[in-house]
Amino acid sequence: MLTINGKEYEFNGRTVSEVIAELGYNEQQIAVELNESIVPKAQYKSTVLYEGDHLEVVRFVGGG
Amino acid sequence: MCIPTREEMYAALAERHGEELQKKLSAASVAVCGLGGLGSNIAIALARAGVGSLHIIDFDKVDISNLNRQQYFPEQLGMYKTDALYDTLKRIAPYCDITRDCIKLNDENIPSLLTESIIAEAFDKADQKAMLVNCILEKMPGKYLVSGSGMAGIGSSNTIKTRRITERFYLCGDGVTDVADGLGLVSSRVLVCAAHEANAIIRIIAGETDAC
Repeated sequence: MLTINGKEYEFNGRTVSEVIAELGYNEQQIAVELNESIVPKAQYKSTVLYEGDHLEVVRFVGGG
Repeated sequence: MCIPTREEMYAALAERHGEELQKKLSAASVAVCGLGGLGSNIAIALARAGVGSLHIIDFDKVDISNLNRQQYFPEQLGMYKTDALYDTLKRIAPYCDITRDCIKLNDENIPSLLTESIIAEAFDKADQKAMLVNCILEKMPGKYLVSGSGMAGIGSSNTIKTRRITERFYLCGDGVTDVADGLGLVSSRVLVCAAHEANAIIRIIAGETDAC
């Protein structure tokens, strides 16, 4: 199990890139924190998630 | 009528905010990225509170469609927002040290342009917000960053919140209402979000960083 925005998922072994696509996020409109550290966009494809990880996906919407 | 002296303005602020907080506010410098509904209101709130230095950045001109929520006047239509807001800020806080950059921020120029220790993200497009936030979190981890996401429509003000995402990154807004989805942006609710951002910044300046 790992946690994404407070909810538990069975995504062990998957990459950040795969997980955010599966959850329907647009890569151009988010920032991703893994265990309180920013995941650089260039590393979404190579960053693998493990048991116990905490992922926070911050989604930006238009307006300002 | 003559405007008050620098010392008179400072004394009036210190009387209201306390000497200790006012000293911190006067010494603070904040960059405001984007001068629309969020940024123009954030900058005015910070100038009124006596923040010593403001860096205002936008590439756009004042348009009639901005007047429903942004702090510009009909006679300023066609002016660059940096110039129009500079004039207004100087009327509010004549001794505030204001730097303006009429430029579009991108991955390359952000690290050299944003020298202030606190940065307000106040763009309107989602991908631009994400670009600025990712750039600062990746390349400039020592900065405090306050961002806004989700303030469209006339939903309850109480759904707009400030969350601390990491030690130096705060996110204000309801997180979901997109300008493209319905009613668009209404002054009162954009102001709520701008006030959240401005207050988060003042709390950071004051050293109240535990929770916002």
